[in-house]
Amino acid sequence: MQVLVYDGSFAGWLTAVFEVYEYRFTNASIVPEGHRQDSLFTPTHTVYTSDAKAGRVWRGLQQYLSGRAMKQLSDTFLSELPGREDQMLEYARYALARKQPVEKDFSHRAVKYIADTAQKVHREKHRMEAFVRFQKTKDDLYFATVEPDFNVLPLIAKHFSDRYADQRWLIYDKKRKYGICYDLDKVSFVELDWNPTDTRAEREAILNEEEFPYQQLWKDYFTSTNIKARKNTKLHIRHMPVRYWKYLIEKQPG
Amino acid sequence: MWERISEKLKILSDAAKYDVSCASSGSKRKNENKGLGNASNGICHAYTEDGRCVSLLKILLTNFCIFDCAYCVSRKSNDVKRAAFTVQEVVDLTINFYRRNYIEGLFLSSGIFSSADYTMERLVLIAKKLRTEHNFHGYIHLKAIPGASPELLKEAGLYADRLSVNLEMPTEQGLKLLAPDKKREDMVHPINYIKDEIIQNNEEKIKYRKAPTFAPAGQSTQMVVGATPETDLQVLYTAHHFYREMQLKRVYYSGYVPISNDNRLPAIGTPVPMIRENRLYQADWLLRFYGFKVNEIISPEQPLLDLDIDPKLAWALRNLHIFPIDINKAELPLIKRVPGIGVTSAQKIVAARKFRKLSWEHLKSLGIAMNRARYFITCNSPDFERKDYQPQQIKQFILAKGNSKYESSFSRQIPLF
Ligand code: SF4
Repeated sequence: MQVLVYDGSFAGWLTAVFEVYEYRFTNASIVPEGHRQDSLFTPTHTVYTSDAKAGRVWRGLQQYLSGRAMKQLSDTFLSELPGREDQMLEYARYALARKQPVEKDFSHRAVKYIADTAQKVHREKHRMEAFVRFQKTKDDLYFATVEPDFNVLPLIAKHFSDRYADQRWLIYDKKRKYGICYDLDKVSFVELDWNPTDTRAEREAILNEEEFPYQQLWKDYFTSTNIKARKNTKLHIRHMPVRYWKYLIEKQPG
Repeated sequence: MWERISEKLKILSDAAKYDVSCASSGSKRKNENKGLGNASNGICHAYTEDGRCVSLLKILLTNFCIFDCAYCVSRKSNDVKRAAFTVQEVVDLTINFYRRNYIEGLFLSSGIFSSADYTMERLVLIAKKLRTEHNFHGYIHLKAIPGASPELLKEAGLYADRLSVNLEMPTEQGLKLLAPDKKREDMVHPINYIKDEIIQNNEEKIKYRKAPTFAPAGQSTQMVVGATPETDLQVLYTAHHFYREMQLKRVYYSGYVPISNDNRLPAIGTPVPMIRENRLYQADWLLRFYGFKVNEIISPEQPLLDLDIDPKLAWALRNLHIFPIDINKAELPLIKRVPGIGVTSAQKIVAARKFRKLSWEHLKSLGIAMNRARYFITCNSPDFERKDYQPQQIKQFILAKGNSKYESSFSRQIPLF
């Protein structure tokens, strides 16, 4: 087993794939820096991310894979699931060996893994588009905090800038400590370690005075639109898993 | 001020919630001129505790009503608190909820105060203000008030994404019994009118790309089931008729929630017919997405859908002579008809079998519900001996596994109070 250690970036992974071919590693495993080694004796190879090498692998894959399949691959990467690097490597090798589109070969192990994982990431993207709750600040910024299971902020930026084109907004991923920010012109990534609304006092200091009544109205609406005679908690929780409640206004007490 | 709005919102969303339609998809409205919002694939922003999607701010403009439809909480004779929003209040709520990403848009209906036209005018005014003064491109669903004039409907369609007229009862007799003020024609006329406008608009759109869009997400309707004694046969044939003749996008079935002591209606405390409602939706999906004909699903000999099993399984059991089918050879339309295989899985099967013959293991990994499908298919696995089971036996086996997605959550019905 040849272990390749890369920097955790997508370009790094692509570079690693390049080097698997360059050094003719047959039994290779790609792991991020800081990954715990199972055995001291496994030979490791350090990958230095190279845009040139990454670009060549990307273009090579593009020859055989559709735009959709390429996107599935990069979405799978955003899942951050341990071990995805190897599944993606297997997928890439399979596509490059067969020299034809393989994305519909659902009974192939790696193809299925990519399809399923991309699907999971897509679901999380969709959930974030649904569950982001903006709060308006005194200086008219709409901000939201989220903690998505997967690293989906890059995937939702377009949805929010298309939709909320006339308001400034910021969506902050508290788990990964970065946010996407729209300034009425373009979306940019910002790194910050920020915790603006932990206490009531903090909230009052920064939030627009209309914010509280509107949150209350939304809670009122959520309660009165429910039909008690049809209560179905199982279904409710399946659609809105409890781990997302933390940032949902309508699920806060009071 | 906030308290008054809050009270109105409580009353007028409570009164609106029995209209079950919630869809906010089917439109392709883009955000223009850096305005607010767009409408494409509807998003459910929340789910109520009864598990229904919340995607629109669904409210009545007012619950004052001059009519006395027995099945409706807003009926004239009902002793409930009444309220009415102003046009500006609805506009402000919509915009402010939308900006916070709570909703996809507005679903506005109303009780009829003074006259149909007077009411409709106000609904149209709200939509117009949102579109023209606030540059709002989110989703708007307006209820077409039965009896409103064609001019108003036409204007409504220019601002709204979807229009709907509720049939309320599956048959004319049912309506007569419970809504003596209303005539079936009052509903069919606007549905017909809107249909013609949509068709005409589509033709105009082909000729001139810039032609204004009329109700791009089409129209829908709702029928209350379980309030009157109509059978599923009547319900489904009515739905089928409106899908075909009126090109409706959706028909919604709303299990009657008992809200009245009127002896024409099921008493308060009678369970909401949720399983039946669910079976009707399943049948509706089979009609729209699975290529089934209405007479394959329901017949005069058996005018009620089976409550124990879903209509697709019921159909398969009545037609065992067609099965088993070979999953590696059968055409897509037939694969879609296998119980336990949905549209997406069927498409995956057809795509995946081009690479290699599929076995049980493959099928399982594609997410097929094998405990149902296994009685109806063969594949590239030798370890399967097919017995000639009777339909009743298969039904028992499947039920014994207790696998119905819905059964568990619906079987425990809770009375209203
Ligand atoms: S006209 Fe509409 S709001 Fe009025 S009682 Fe009948 S169903 Fe209810």
